Amino acid sequence: MAIMNNIEALRETLRQEMERDPRIIIMGEDVGPRGGVFRATQGLYQQFGENRVIDTPLAELSIVATGIGLALTGYFKPIVEIQFADFIFPAFNQILSEAARMRYRTRSDWTVPLIIRAPYGGGISGGLYHSQSVEAFFAHIPGLYVVAPTTPYDIKGMLRAALQLDDPVLFFEHKKTYRLIKGEVPEEDYVVPIGKAAIRREGDDLTVISYGLAMHDAVKAADMLAAEGIGVEVIDLRTLRPLDKETILESVKKTGKVLIVHEDNPTVSVGSEVAAIIGQEAFEYLDGPITRLTPPDVPAVPFSHPLQDAFMLNPEKIAKAMRELAAY
Amino acid sequence: MATSADKSNKTTSSDRPSDRLSDEQLLKMYKTMVLSRKLDERSWVLNRQGRAPFHISGIGHEAIQVAAAETLRPGYDWVYPYYRDLAFVLALGMKPVDHMLGLLGKAGDPSSNGIQMPSHYSHAGLRIGSISSPVATQVPIAAGTALASKLKGTDEVTVVCLGEGSTSQGDFHEGLNWAGVHKLPFICIVQNNQYAISVPVEKEMAVKNVADRAIAYGIKGVVVDGNDVLACYDVMAEAVERARRGEGATLVEAKTYRVTPHSSDDDDRTYRSREEVEYWKQRDPIRLFEKVLFERGILNDALKQEIEDWAIAEVDKAEEEAVNAPYPDVSEMYDHLYGPVPNWEA
Repeated sequence: MAIMNNIEALRETLRQEMERDPRIIIMGEDVGPRGGVFRATQGLYQQFGENRVIDTPLAELSIVATGIGLALTGYFKPIVEIQFADFIFPAFNQILSEAARMRYRTRSDWTVPLIIRAPYGGGISGGLYHSQSVEAFFAHIPGLYVVAPTTPYDIKGMLRAALQLDDPVLFFEHKKTYRLIKGEVPEEDYVVPIGKAAIRREGDDLTVISYGLAMHDAVKAADMLAAEGIGVEVIDLRTLRPLDKETILESVKKTGKVLIVHEDNPTVSVGSEVAAIIGQEAFEYLDGPITRLTPPDVPAVPFSHPLQDAFMLNPEKIAKAMRELAAY
Repeated sequence: MATSADKSNKTTSSDRPSDRLSDEQLLKMYKTMVLSRKLDERSWVLNRQGRAPFHISGIGHEAIQVAAAETLRPGYDWVYPYYRDLAFVLALGMKPVDHMLGLLGKAGDPSSNGIQMPSHYSHAGLRIGSISSPVATQVPIAAGTALASKLKGTDEVTVVCLGEGSTSQGDFHEGLNWAGVHKLPFICIVQNNQYAISVPVEKEMAVKNVADRAIAYGIKGVVVDGNDVLACYDVMAEAVERARRGEGATLVEAKTYRVTPHSSDDDDRTYRSREEVEYWKQRDPIRLFEKVLFERGILNDALKQEIEDWAIAEVDKAEEEAVNAPYPDVSEMYDHLYGPVPNWEA
């Protein structure tokens, strides 16, 4: 079994699936000869040619819109890349008003099997506009799937799952994990179901619900607490719409305490929704307040290093929040 | 109404594509225009009677729409209409009752089964794409569909419609840019009715013609008298041929006029004179077409009356069917959110 980092797993899965299915087309800025600014499509243009790996004008609205138009024909399965999730908003109306609502408004006469890949997240000196977490905007929209896999195994399995759906999928990739996170990726075909969370670490005293880079930090923090005799269960949501309520509730009912950790702003976030679900459906099992740990509610990650470090979560910050909740 | 672009596109009578239209084709086009008009007028009546919550009208736009449809292969070519394209979708094969069901929000409306507002047409079998209400979003989507046809190596053509008001949106620019970059089999028809609700065209753009913008995208731009159905046919026939031959996209600007208020909720007396509206009513595309058909001996008073009676009967029938149709079941609201998910756990 090969050890890959996240970007390698992504690239190899794209290659394998394109070899298998000639209807898959990749479009985006710099995805062609350059192979993408993060190298996600490196070598694909050379292998599949300019009709399947299409460099686009620098215009996110029409990268998504033409992807919709290709998908509507029922023949092509476009995977479009938004170079940084921060730049997805010119396409927001196309995603909300067109891609997400096409099936609903035409009673499934027209469908949009479109994957929109977007690197998100901070910690890479990207400043306000190369670091944002934008997932909550999309998790709000019925008609979309929103996923955020952050292990090489999940990236392969969830990209393959997304390709089997007949609906639009927002595929968010935490860019700091591209080369940071490595793991085993089986050669054979497998699928990681969309809508199913993963338990990364089991424990009885406290549940941490997270996703993205923060989830990896939470696992490290859980290791620290294990040494202190506190058992922390870490859930990786992986899919943000639809949420895996079953896994969330089962764990909370076991531990009675829940800490929600994510890099996105706290207000009206995925964490807000998770907290609401737990409050409504597991209230009588709780032995402490549903607690959230996020960066401060400021626009995004500042550029300057001390400010970036102060903004970002890390294992120490998460361990501190875990200890406080465990002691409640 | 003559513009410089008009003159540059003038063809001699001997080589006009519309000269090749048979009498039967001409009469069919005329009948569709009359049918659309009667259906549209009835929609206004139903609204004013309080039986239809909303209507948005295509009265005055029928010429370019019917002409465009006549140059296409329905069900083969792709059409993204907009909300004034009643005559267009009828000419492509949708039925009066399809419009009526949508107007009344009744079950069986093929566009959306009562989910969308009226006149947001869609018909997968006829390859009529669905539109939303934010304007111009369909232009870059249509470019994507045209790209699909090109990548597949077919000679399908994609036609997208919008009003001149919608050309102010960035979506319009981006869609046309794609059409130019990829030399797509794509025709964008701007039905310039000179108003974006109440905002007159001179407050929308500083260029004389929307079609003048074509040069910025490396595509062909043509201005045509949108009330002259045969001139519209000529321009569309050439644009479709160019697209089929792989010679690229065309931006067609059909100059017309919206003789009705923007919608049933608008009152156009607050922003334009009755004289102006009356002037354009005298240039009604149906009346202009009748004149040609009379001159050519294809139409006479008796036949004209017969066609009007037929159209009224069709509208009566459609209305009755729609009025008697049930409303969608409330459970419909929860359906069609997502498609089937594979059984991954198995």
